[in-house]
Amino acid sequence: MRKKGTVIEKEDVVIRFSGDSGDGMQLTGTLFSETAALYGNDLTTFPDYPAEIRAPQGTVGGVSGFQVHLGQSEIYTPGDYADVLVAMNPAAIRANIKWTKFGGTIIIDKDNFTEKNIEKAGYESDPVVEDNLDQYNLIEAPISSMVKEALKDLNLDPKTILRTKNMFALGMVYWLFDRKLKYTEQYLEKKFRSKPELIEANKIALHSGYYYAETIEALAPIRINPAPIAKGKYRNISGNTATAWGLLAAAEKSGLELFIGSYPITPATGILEELAARKDLGVKSFQAEDEIAGICSALGASFAGNLAVTTTSGPGLALKSEAIGLAVMTELPIVIVDVQRGGPSTGLPTKTEQADLLQALFGRNGESPVVVLAASTPTDCFRYAFEAARIAVEHMTPVILLTDGYLANGTEPWRVPAMKDLPEIHPPFASNKDLPYVPYKRDPEKLSRFWAVPGTPNMEHRIGGLEKTVKGTVSYVPENHELMVNLRNQKVARVAAKVPDLEVSGEEEGDLLVVGWGGSYGYRVMAVKELQAQGYRISNVTFNYINPLPGNVRDVFSRFKKIVVCELNLGQFANYLRMKYPEFHYEQITKVQGLPFTIKEIKEKCLKLL
Amino acid sequence: MDEIINNKLTPKDFKSDQEIRWCPGCGDHAIINAVQRAFSELGIPKEKFAIISGIGCSSRFPYYMNTYGFHSIHGRASAIASGVKMANPDLSVWQITGDGDALAIGGNHFIHVVRRNVDINIILFNNEIYGLTKGQYSPTSDKGLVTKTSPYGTIEDPFSVGELVIGAKGKFFARTVDANVTLSTQIYIEAARHKGAAVIEVLQNCVIFNDGIHEKVTAKEVRDDRTLILKHGEPMIFGKNNDKGLILDGLKLKVVKLGEKGIREKDILVHDAAESNPGIHYMLANMRYPEYPVALGVIRSVPGPTYEMEMASQIELGKSKSRIRNMDDLLNSGSVWEV
Repeated sequence: MRKKGTVIEKEDVVIRFSGDSGDGMQLTGTLFSETAALYGNDLTTFPDYPAEIRAPQGTVGGVSGFQVHLGQSEIYTPGDYADVLVAMNPAAIRANIKWTKFGGTIIIDKDNFTEKNIEKAGYESDPVVEDNLDQYNLIEAPISSMVKEALKDLNLDPKTILRTKNMFALGMVYWLFDRKLKYTEQYLEKKFRSKPELIEANKIALHSGYYYAETIEALAPIRINPAPIAKGKYRNISGNTATAWGLLAAAEKSGLELFIGSYPITPATGILEELAARKDLGVKSFQAEDEIAGICSALGASFAGNLAVTTTSGPGLALKSEAIGLAVMTELPIVIVDVQRGGPSTGLPTKTEQADLLQALFGRNGESPVVVLAASTPTDCFRYAFEAARIAVEHMTPVILLTDGYLANGTEPWRVPAMKDLPEIHPPFASNKDLPYVPYKRDPEKLSRFWAVPGTPNMEHRIGGLEKTVKGTVSYVPENHELMVNLRNQKVARVAAKVPDLEVSGEEEGDLLVVGWGGSYGYRVMAVKELQAQGYRISNVTFNYINPLPGNVRDVFSRFKKIVVCELNLGQFANYLRMKYPEFHYEQITKVQGLPFTIKEIKEKCLKLL
Repeated sequence: MDEIINNKLTPKDFKSDQEIRWCPGCGDHAIINAVQRAFSELGIPKEKFAIISGIGCSSRFPYYMNTYGFHSIHGRASAIASGVKMANPDLSVWQITGDGDALAIGGNHFIHVVRRNVDINIILFNNEIYGLTKGQYSPTSDKGLVTKTSPYGTIEDPFSVGELVIGAKGKFFARTVDANVTLSTQIYIEAARHKGAAVIEVLQNCVIFNDGIHEKVTAKEVRDDRTLILKHGEPMIFGKNNDKGLILDGLKLKVVKLGEKGIREKDILVHDAAESNPGIHYMLANMRYPEYPVALGVIRSVPGPTYEMEMASQIELGKSKSRIRNMDDLLNSGSVWEV
């Protein structure tokens, strides 16, 4: 099908699909990613879309983008700059040109570059001139008119015909990367099972785009070979789905029923949706009337013996604070997932940030310690959701799991685990041999109390938000309060016994240690790798356990001349480390733009410290 | 035989070892006696009761009951109780709350638990005042009530509990008086047997901050003439001499005297608590003295599917229809490829 000899081989490439939020760019990007993953490339994706479901058409505010970074070696980030930009209208150019590599390829729907659309996008004159598009490999494809022509015999209304534009553009990109159309065709057949005319229309658009790209000869095909990844079964998974599945896996391993009580909130809703669909695995999913009822219903379910979960994002976490305090006081297991977004207040609902860290650690009244974990890639959301549930149940404590909008919506190929390889979870149910049941009697090692579930004979007891004695009697005795506060604190501190040590990527000692937590992982890894390759003595560590911290922090930190903490906030983790390990000096790299770091930013700032 | 005798529970079995700390003369003492009597007659084992409360004087209730209990945070007991019931539908779940806890800070959760018809029994102690914080007006205080936070009288209309329950699609609403332990016990038993959210409003006396607020209808010497105890299937007759009744006059209820103007017993409305149309129940729940007697007893008790049972049947259906039986199945479902 393809002429030989003209193919360019590349290590990796970044493609950004962008258009109006109604143009189907998220789907186009997802389909491309799945095809690339099936071919064997490693990849990472990043959807970037507006909060408005349908922002005014043609405006920069309404541009929806989907970036995918694929390569023939391990891919850690969705990439800083796009090699190929697909822009369905002038606003998409306006929004994305600064994220496109100078000289890269830009595919536009020429038919959409009308005077009106150019003006709506905020250009004062011709975008080609204003944004120097002649400095790029600009492919001006008349996509709208070509799908109209290709589908004219199908007896479809004009609106439906124009909806296939994204498939035409996708077809062009498939040709460019020498990919098969088979997977996308199968998807279309399944998606439009009951509407055969739409299967046909979309397939025709897809093929027309493919052949158009071949015909115009303006594009040089690019080859990216499969990545040498470990043998096994793989699938693409987003952070939110991985989180949901980690919780499901924990329910299976603990033998507990999974209960999720949540209220829809961007970008966390996907977890609730995923679990609501899992009736087949017995999930009890409850869409509550508000954030507070979400966690309170979960806490009730925990009292009654379920694996209880509530999911939310920053403002929702604020609303749940009082109930988290109740979980601390009653020492009931519960997992609170906070998919962080730009704040404060409503902030930037669809954008990413890491600024809920201190809220998670300290945002409650009284001495109210909880375990805090943070996932750092879309796929390790599975691992840390599982771990959050394990710790919550085995240590009888609330656990907050921090992810973020970037992890939640980003996808990666994931080597599917086998359930037999995951650890067992042992709920500390109170034993019949140990009657009478004493609610706040503790495991001597972990200091966690034992779980007596309503329905169990002879263990009737009362718990609540008031301070209690060991026996569960309300007590205002000063010494008792101090004792209980210390015990709850110690209980959380003792989770550290099983927290794995920090792993340094790179040399164990050097000039600069890059420190981070959560979703900044991929950008730090890449920046550090590139600087290591240039001969710098730089290493990287990622914290997934925030409270309690791993045991070897002091040891690791002391082996570097300088420490720099990278995070998407004004320095919350750096300040936390200053409190915990004041003997070190911490430099900071911070960013609060609702966007992930770029590798370039981290590299440049590190270089100044080297 | 011995076993059967031992298994028969008495009210005493439900008393915990905690000393009751409500004020002497508080209506709560009588309420807990009635609840303990009702529990002992339900034939439900002790360990299957879960009592959930929020914050307020009434919410100390779980500590005094020898069952599973959860004294939670202000206003949230409906949500917590919903979670308990969904997690284990086999439990008999009771929510203890007050007019402030349920209708002010917990108003949102209250209407939604009623709307969803989660099978929990909600005993709402209505003393029309905040007691634990020492005497501020509540959402059920009469307009104009002078309290510490309304020194010139309140300027807001109060909620009527029954009106709110019916407005929230409630299927069970009853009203009783704290001191009437016999009536209260019967109502709690009926509420426990009703499948779905059951709200019982108890006209409760706060001896310290709102003493005698319900006296005008509940005092011994006037109560027969000023209250109507509804019984399903029986005419709505009341009065010391059983000589007064209710009829429908146009679109309104009207108090009539038997024997006067040719009114006979057959003219009096017969109570149908199971009628799904809430029209008459709404009017009965809203009757106020002096125009009407205050309705007591089970005003509305309409069967309907419960939330937790619908949830369980969706799960059963999901399990029977899906090929995914465990996590390994899920992990390997959909587009998975081998490298």
